[in-house]
Amino acid sequence: MKQYLYIMSNKKNWPLWEIFVRSKNGLEHRHFGSLHAADAEMALENARDVYTRRNEGVSIWVVESKNITASNPENNGEMFEPAHDKVYRHPTFYDLPDEVKHM
Amino acid sequence: MSEEQIRSLENQFEARIARDEKIEPKDWMPEKYRKTHIRQMSQHAHSEVVGMLPEGNWITRAPSLRRKVALLAKVQDEAGHGLYLYSACETLGISRDELYDQLHSGKAKYSSIFNYPTVTWADMGAIGWLVDGAAIINQVPLCNTSYGPYARAMIRVCKEESFHQRQGYEIMIKLANGTPEQKELAQDALNRWWWPSLMMLGPTDAESIHTEQSMKWKLKRKSNDDLRQQFIDQTVPQAELIGLTIPDPDLKWNEEKGCYDFGEINWDEFWQVVKGHGPCNKERMKARVGAWEEGEWVRDAAMAHAEKKQERKQKQAV
Repeated sequence: MKQYLYIMSNKKNWPLWEIFVRSKNGLEHRHFGSLHAADAEMALENARDVYTRRNEGVSIWVVESKNITASNPENNGEMFEPAHDKVYRHPTFYDLPDEVKHM
Repeated sequence: MSEEQIRSLENQFEARIARDEKIEPKDWMPEKYRKTHIRQMSQHAHSEVVGMLPEGNWITRAPSLRRKVALLAKVQDEAGHGLYLYSACETLGISRDELYDQLHSGKAKYSSIFNYPTVTWADMGAIGWLVDGAAIINQVPLCNTSYGPYARAMIRVCKEESFHQRQGYEIMIKLANGTPEQKELAQDALNRWWWPSLMMLGPTDAESIHTEQSMKWKLKRKSNDDLRQQFIDQTVPQAELIGLTIPDPDLKWNEEKGCYDFGEINWDEFWQVVKGHGPCNKERMKARVGAWEEGEWVRDAAMAHAEKKQERKQKQAV
């Protein structure tokens, strides 16, 4: 039965993966883009060929795109506005005498 | 949403772009913005992919190992550029499969330049020098376009593209300085690729239907005619430097305007090729569709193998 369903579904597309590359040690992994691959191993190999052909990386992470939960920009108000009025979290909020040059 | 609400959202959206803010995939956007971007980005991706075919034709016949590794690397870059652009395009909610279907069914277009044949080795030089040269002029302004994923893909593409043009020009230099037969090859390639390269910058401003909206969305920063003039002004001295002649009897430096005047472009030819009647339209599509169909069993086998491995892993975990 399972076999039958597989044939009926006609084609199974390779899932989408998000690619993160550390360009050199000491730096964080950064999102580079995405690609399709059958599994994580193939995603790593393809990411090597697609995103690091000119020594752009020393380490690659791949994450299947469906496993990423993202915030919705429509909710940016309630999500990020609470930080807007908290100036006391910044050093410039505090008054110091001019004599103190660096703090 | 009421019409008024949509209009207000659209105004906010246009204002964001005018402030040079970037639009990201999950942001609200007008349907027309989404559609226009899917059209332009996918056309661009298709052009990279189809663009591999005329050059792939010469990889096995490159005259030296140096030329062969360079051409191979260039064609591999083009595959990479196609992939950056397809995945950027997918962020707008269209699947890779739909994009391929549009290409293979002829619904989507790709750059007409790739419907011309590559009959001699000198064509590899002319393509790198002229076709990639024109492409760079088209692409550099896109590094600042309003849609974030497109702009990021273009930055990467442009960084990699400059080697393409240099390797092409180097091929032309070598041939132009070679035997009379080699110089003749170079001149012949320039004769055949010059006019189609000028057409690559798109129809004249008067004929270009998308320009105004595209300017607003920063999908375009300069008009087709301005880009074409820039291309001509930068390329003519490069041809002179290596002793080749631009095949345009009307080409003349205009002291007053500070740029070159040039002859009439054969736009009938351009539209014929766009409509599918170029020398290689059928051949290119046949090669592309054939590669996709003949590769199907490989894609299916890879998926079946991945599933089997996954199942085995789950069984072991139990």
